[in-house]
Amino acid sequence: MGQITLQDVQKSFGPVHIIKGADLDIADGSFVVFVGPSGCGKTTLLRLIAGLEDVSGGKILIDGKNVVDTPPAKRGLSMVFQSYALYPHMSVRGNIGFGLKMAGRSKDEINRKVEAAAATLNLTPYLDRKPRELSGGQRQRVAIGRAIVREPKAFLFDEPLSNLDAALRVQMRIEVTRLQKQLGTTAVYVTHDQVEAMTMADKIVVLNGGKIEQYGSPLELYEKPANLFVAGFIGSPKMNLVAGEPARQQGATTIGVRPEHLKIERDGAGGWQGTIAVAEHLGSDTFLYVDAGPLGMLTARYIGELSLHAGDRVSLVPDPTRIHRFGASGNALSG
Amino acid sequence: MARMATTQRVVISTIGAWFFGLLIFFPILWMVLASFKTELEAFAIPPSFLFFHWTTENYATVQERSDYLHHAMNSIIIAGGSTLIALLIAIPAAWSMAFSPTKRTKDILLWMLSTKMMPPVGVLVPIYLIYKSFGLLDSRIGLVFILCLGNLPIVIWMLFTYFKEIPRDILEAARMDGATIGRELVYVLTPMAIPGLASTLLLNLILAWNEAFWTLNLSTSNAAPLTTFIASYSSPEGLFWAKLSAASTLAIAPILVLGWFSQKQLVRGLTFGAVK
Repeated sequence: MGQITLQDVQKSFGPVHIIKGADLDIADGSFVVFVGPSGCGKTTLLRLIAGLEDVSGGKILIDGKNVVDTPPAKRGLSMVFQSYALYPHMSVRGNIGFGLKMAGRSKDEINRKVEAAAATLNLTPYLDRKPRELSGGQRQRVAIGRAIVREPKAFLFDEPLSNLDAALRVQMRIEVTRLQKQLGTTAVYVTHDQVEAMTMADKIVVLNGGKIEQYGSPLELYEKPANLFVAGFIGSPKMNLVAGEPARQQGATTIGVRPEHLKIERDGAGGWQGTIAVAEHLGSDTFLYVDAGPLGMLTARYIGELSLHAGDRVSLVPDPTRIHRFGASGNALSG
Repeated sequence: MARMATTQRVVISTIGAWFFGLLIFFPILWMVLASFKTELEAFAIPPSFLFFHWTTENYATVQERSDYLHHAMNSIIIAGGSTLIALLIAIPAAWSMAFSPTKRTKDILLWMLSTKMMPPVGVLVPIYLIYKSFGLLDSRIGLVFILCLGNLPIVIWMLFTYFKEIPRDILEAARMDGATIGRELVYVLTPMAIPGLASTLLLNLILAWNEAFWTLNLSTSNAAPLTTFIASYSSPEGLFWAKLSAASTLAIAPILVLGWFSQKQLVRGLTFGAVK
């Protein structure tokens, strides 16, 4: 079991409030990603769950038991650090088995479990090497091995892939997701990369300035962003946000349309008129950055190749069913 | 072209390194040579380099006139004792400053170092009088105490630099893995800190072994280490270069051997963890 509940969790460092009251329910076995810009408090929130920081207020329940006064080791969680934090003087075997050794398990049991974990992670040939003799991806896998071998109630990941190169990151992303599904263990994962969040998560927590802006499945966040911040943060390229006359026509202060929901018309008279400033041709997609005068810069995405170039005039027609409306407070308007 | 330039650079820097190495080593070599000369040859002009009448009579005289082993034992006790006590005090001090620094940590470190900026002779008279009142003059314990205090700032600084290099994440990983503070110390921190501890220990052993100001001023015979032993050949009966050289060679031999076998650690110690 690994159900984690946060009740009005707060954290301040001196006069600075890092976490301003977080409420959250993480279901057993789910993969939850904390995402947000740097300094939003996502890592702090993870460290509070881990017990590496003490809360300033509120409760953290693991399987219904308040653990705010429980030391990290007794919470039954394991953590994968951004820097991997491997013990440099121990072999891979020693690193993975350290937690079991501390728990006083027998040598046979430690060996059996370490070897099983190593087999799962393709680390068997490296068991007797030291961390410095491994590549970045291998070190990362050792760190994950150290986490899974203890059979914790939940895994905590602190930006574990950010030190890897792009190709390896995609591969490890898939491996971590698959491993988590296979083990069925709750996972809390911190990242600033919204693509990682969208692809890995069962549920995403969007954090900003120490507050939870929205908590929902990736598609909920994409289709029904609760406010302007989430609307702008989730989705790539970013959602177009337009204020002024077009918004007023919709009875809103600001309206948002995703680049993929703008229909591009060559000499159309309707929609939003503009001149292409930059056109990016990726083959699979075409991105147009359009200077639409008073409406500002708009981004449009076309799936496939579209033979348009900088300087061409286009009109962009928003899909009426896909317009997001926001009020003066920045919150989404219903209906 | 580029490769040739590199080779040239290697050759030049090798020659340069040998030149300066020999330049620095020369006085020691000269001392060792002089110790095998007769007193007359030792200050002959022009000096003879290798072709002189080699003799070991100086060593025999030195052994006859003073008790080398007594002084060597004092040196070992004073250098070893002061280094060990300094480490015992410095390890927890550096530890707490490296792992739970406060706003004042930097100031405290600087204040500690500032005590090394004052010339020791400035406090010679008060210290001498204090030692006299407490009956610590010419006692091993008195010398251990003063050398320990003298080296403490450097020991703390060195250990602080080493401990700061140990990433916090690793300590946190150990905590997540269920290590208590005691086990964290035994299984994670100490093995990682050993190179730093070793070079600090070695460097301070050498500093204490060679310390001459306090040992000369605060000891005469009972507690006199090898520095006093050397000095005893320089003044009373005029200068005896050859015997002085023999005494000095005997005095530096143990530390030279120790230094030779621990070169690697020492270089790391002297660069203060600046080079990784």
